[in-house]
Amino acid sequence: MSAAVSGAAVFDDREGVARLRLVGDWTLAHHAVLLGQVNGLRSRIDARVMVDASELRVLDTAGAALLLRLLGGEGVHKLVGSDSGLSEGGRALLAAVGDAMVGRGAAPAARKGSAVGDVLAHIGEGVGTFWRHAVDLLGFVGLTLSAMLRVGLRPSRWRLTSLVANLEQTGLHAVPIVALLTFLVGAVVAFLGATVLADFGASVFTVNLVAFSFLREFGVLLTAILVAGRTASAYTAQIGSMRANEEVDAIRALGLDPVELLVLPRMWALLFALPMLTFIAMISGILGGMLVCVLSLGIPVPMFMSIIANDVGVSHFIVGMAKAPIFAFLIALIGCMEGFKVEGSAQSVGTHTTSSVVQSIFVVILVNAIAAMICMEMGW
Amino acid sequence: MSAAASETIIQVRGLVNRFGTHVVHENLDLDVRRGEILSVVGGSGTGKSVLLRSIIGLIRAASGSVRVFGEDLLALPAAQRSLLERRFGVLFQKGALFSSLTVTENVVLPLIEHARLSRPEAIRLAEVKIALAGLPANAGDKYPSELSGGMIKRAALARALALDPDILFLDEPTAGLDPIGAAAFDQLILTLRNALGLTVFLVTHDLDTIYTITDRVAVLAQKRVLINDSLAAVAALDDDWIQEYFHGPRGRAASVAAVGEESH
Ligand SMILES: Nc1ncnc2c1ncn2[C@@H]1O[C@H](COP(=O)(O)OP(=O)(O)OP(=O)(O)O)[C@@H](O)[C@H]1O
Ligand SMILES: [Mg+2]
Repeated sequence: MSAAVSGAAVFDDREGVARLRLVGDWTLAHHAVLLGQVNGLRSRIDARVMVDASELRVLDTAGAALLLRLLGGEGVHKLVGSDSGLSEGGRALLAAVGDAMVGRGAAPAARKGSAVGDVLAHIGEGVGTFWRHAVDLLGFVGLTLSAMLRVGLRPSRWRLTSLVANLEQTGLHAVPIVALLTFLVGAVVAFLGATVLADFGASVFTVNLVAFSFLREFGVLLTAILVAGRTASAYTAQIGSMRANEEVDAIRALGLDPVELLVLPRMWALLFALPMLTFIAMISGILGGMLVCVLSLGIPVPMFMSIIANDVGVSHFIVGMAKAPIFAFLIALIGCMEGFKVEGSAQSVGTHTTSSVVQSIFVVILVNAIAAMICMEMGW
Repeated sequence: MSAAASETIIQVRGLVNRFGTHVVHENLDLDVRRGEILSVVGGSGTGKSVLLRSIIGLIRAASGSVRVFGEDLLALPAAQRSLLERRFGVLFQKGALFSSLTVTENVVLPLIEHARLSRPEAIRLAEVKIALAGLPANAGDKYPSELSGGMIKRAALARALALDPDILFLDEPTAGLDPIGAAAFDQLILTLRNALGLTVFLVTHDLDTIYTITDRVAVLAQKRVLINDSLAAVAALDDDWIQEYFHGPRGRAASVAAVGEESH
């Protein structure tokens, strides 16, 4: 094939006859040049113009679209029908483009809104969304609890394989990161305690500080936040991409219950995993604190142990552990629910995954604060 | 057709593809000539889609060579490879539309990225392609999840046509279209081929398409291309599967329809 020649439209109206010569390649590669010419000529072209396309070499759909814009639907129709020197193929293409675009006007202009109106609309939408979230969450809690009850009574419908697989993912695989993180935080808390308490000559109470904080709050809170980031997002992405792929609809169409199949195994897995992880977190946080106590305060290990055994009541451990299943329930619930809200697109999977992590961390911290207040009032 | 028409544009030699121990292709040879519409047929799971993916360079074959425009895509530096890839239009079997973009945005994307059009211009051109593909005007603002199965195929065709490619790869384009739409689709492909000299690599199960628009048929069976020839020669080959395919009830109906159309 010879080198590409940029297309052009040559117009002249000498002797009172308007003529339009189309030359060269009318292709996407020359779109910019052609567009300029088309825009320049459009006002001068009317129905009487004689079009000569005998020098037109190549016409593609982009070129045909430009011709359509230049000549209008009628003009293109005439060009296809007349003996203009256009090749057979070019004629068919032009006709196809012309026919396809019949009756299609320009796109309507975008709606203009006022700034104040938009702000109010956003606030309204936000409040509406919040309310719907709350209602959805409650609805989903009900759905899950009733499914748990229904299935719980019939051991034949327990999905142990799925449960174990989820348990491995959410529990076992999270052990290293949970242990490491709480170990480090334990060390930091001990350092803080050592520094502040040394001023009062009470640095030995660092042991109590570490033990109290990890048994009661940090162990479970840190684990829950980590699991919220790790597992809630995984749950949302798994269920969400199944939604996007119509797999959830397929489960329904097979007469199965998506809540039973997808939510319950994940829910139970987290209900088992989070308390176990919490226990590991408590131990490793205290170990981190112990390391600092041994190294920088010179408190020997047996003394550290005996302080914990004598001063720290078992009730703190119970309070900490009791929160774990509650957090697990909330995290699994939010993760799964956001997954079910996904609709169709990859973007939607992303949005809901983010939302599920943010919501579950928020809920964990909120519920923890409420629990702390209740425990304080009750003197537990 | 002119001498240029017999020039080989895609050349596959000794292609071997396997997934684990499952061998999909073994010593597969295939030639596609410039300007032809080649139909690739074969039973489900015989590796038609895999062949398409190896030709466009999405799968690295275990051995063998694939040359498109005389070049081995996988051996080219990225920039050159991208230049060649711009000359492909691909319609994937499942559409593969970008789910977070509307139909118009799907078509606009290559126009802006590769043809360097301004956004308003790209949108205008995209509307033409969408209309050409046979979608109604209001479909442009929809997201893929809001489209019907046939509309997804059409939108994917509009995107495949965006850059006015030299080679069009279509993986079962008419599956899921109504018969009228499928016939219009066939005609569109034919019109484009005649106007632009496109080469069309068409994977299809649609016998009507094969009878109405294809120049040659390649039959994929027993892990290789059994025969790659004109429809008449393929239909005459003495092979059980081919006989069943072209002379079974559906094959007969389609051939009768095609002959009837010609005599009108
Ligand atoms: N990514 C993959 N991993 C493993 N096996 C695969 C993969 N892709 C395809 N296969 C296998 O390769 C074989 C050929 O698949 P391919 O999708 O090419 O079939 P096809 O001829 O296009 O069938 P259909 O007409 O149903 O679309 C199948 O047996 C399939 O299981
Ligand atoms: Mg396939």
